[in-house]
Amino acid sequence: MTADAAALDILLAVLLVFLVWRLLTLSDLFKATILFIVFGLLLSLAWVRLRAPDVALAEAAIGSGVTGALVLDALRRLGAHGAVDEARPLRLNLARLSGGLLVACLGAILLWSVLSLPAGWRGLSAEAMAAMPHSGVTNPVTASLLNFRSHDTLLEIAVLMLAVLGVWTLDAEPKPSAEPAGPILDLLVRILLPLMVVVAGYLLWAGGHAPGGAFQGAAVLAAGGILLHLARPFYLGNHVIIRLVIGFGFAVFLAIGVMLVVGGGRFLEFPSRHAGTLILVVEAAATISIALILLALFVGNVREGAGRDAP
Amino acid sequence: MTGFMMFMAATVLASVALGLCRVLLGPTRADAMLAAQLLGTGAVAVLLLLSHATARSHLADVALVVALLASVVSVAFVRRLKPVGGHNGGA
Amino acid sequence: MAVLDWLSMALVGAGTLFFIAGSIGLLRLPDVMTRLHALTKADNVGLGLIVLGLSLQTSGPMEVVRLLLVWALALLTSSCACYLVAHATLQARRETGHDS
Repeated sequence: MTADAAALDILLAVLLVFLVWRLLTLSDLFKATILFIVFGLLLSLAWVRLRAPDVALAEAAIGSGVTGALVLDALRRLGAHGAVDEARPLRLNLARLSGGLLVACLGAILLWSVLSLPAGWRGLSAEAMAAMPHSGVTNPVTASLLNFRSHDTLLEIAVLMLAVLGVWTLDAEPKPSAEPAGPILDLLVRILLPLMVVVAGYLLWAGGHAPGGAFQGAAVLAAGGILLHLARPFYLGNHVIIRLVIGFGFAVFLAIGVMLVVGGGRFLEFPSRHAGTLILVVEAAATISIALILLALFVGNVREGAGRDAP
Repeated sequence: MTGFMMFMAATVLASVALGLCRVLLGPTRADAMLAAQLLGTGAVAVLLLLSHATARSHLADVALVVALLASVVSVAFVRRLKPVGGHNGGA
Repeated sequence: MAVLDWLSMALVGAGTLFFIAGSIGLLRLPDVMTRLHALTKADNVGLGLIVLGLSLQTSGPMEVVRLLLVWALALLTSSCACYLVAHATLQARRETGHDS
């Protein structure tokens, strides 16, 4: 590695640690929120430097497109009194202590499982690379996510669906009354929204042979929906069509797995001749569902103007 | 050449990171937002420079996504929070 | 070829200078409106010069198109975002009665 690259890496590492320290200790939650968003951007640069462009793409798309808007909206919901966290710098109380203990236990289990691996074990990357010709795609990350360990990905989509159920159950906050968007915001949405749809499709397609895939494309698509919702608020709700689309990706994924079992194979074990097509079908369905899930997490379940301060 | 591009990437990152002091200094929320915006553009520049320096053209896709989504946070900020005042603009 | 390399390095170097100037402006200028002014220079000219410099080094026209698309997006989003932040700031000042 050259000195220039080392300088960049050291700078990134120092910045990341500094940002985490500041965003955990600042008493002004708005500043902490902005630092968190910045942290996401720099983290995606760090993933690039670690040669994990797929993760970098996911971090960039979800961080600046979805969670940035989510945490700012959460800050609004905290209201005037929540904006300054009186409890900061973080003091120890029972809830935090038990949370900390839980995380420490989880960390210990992870550490133990790493240490219990046989000595000199090289991981599974050699096996994965050897199986690449049968995976149906040429991007090893997509092959791992959608083929070699597709059970995990299937359950990840289920976890996201559960998160939407949680938001629909708990969300009771009144929405701010919608001011007109104004010409500039209208223009921005009109240009960006179609571009976001195109880029989402591009990322989905590129996932087969280059960094990209369902999650990245879905995050970009969801960001488009969030932008539109911010400019012209709409009610998404838990209408039956919305529910169907949210469950669509999981259903398609599961149906393909079951069909493989019926056809004499094993659950989610793609025959290498059709693997490419099947992966694309699953990813396309998952993209639509994940995008709507992420959007539903932002929009919530309360109608515009409904709630406490309705006129 | 690649060394030069890498050096420039580090310089851009260092300079926009210096701009982050604005987040801590304030005084208004809009100031903090501006620093975040500058860092977003800086990240795009760093990604493009890295894409050239490491000969990985798909890093330009990451830059494209960052540039495409850079405005979402700013829009969320102006539509959901008040830009002036450190403590009482929340509701 | 060597001339192209030098030109490209000069453009990228100039772009980096604009980023440094933008950061210094963000720290040194007195209020939000003037700081916006510093920011847009880095966004538009700084990134633009870097994109131009890198365009001279690409292997094909499609990569140039992608670079220019990134710049065009940055131009659009940064100018719109800066307008929105400035507009919201003005509105908030009017509401609270602070004129400074």
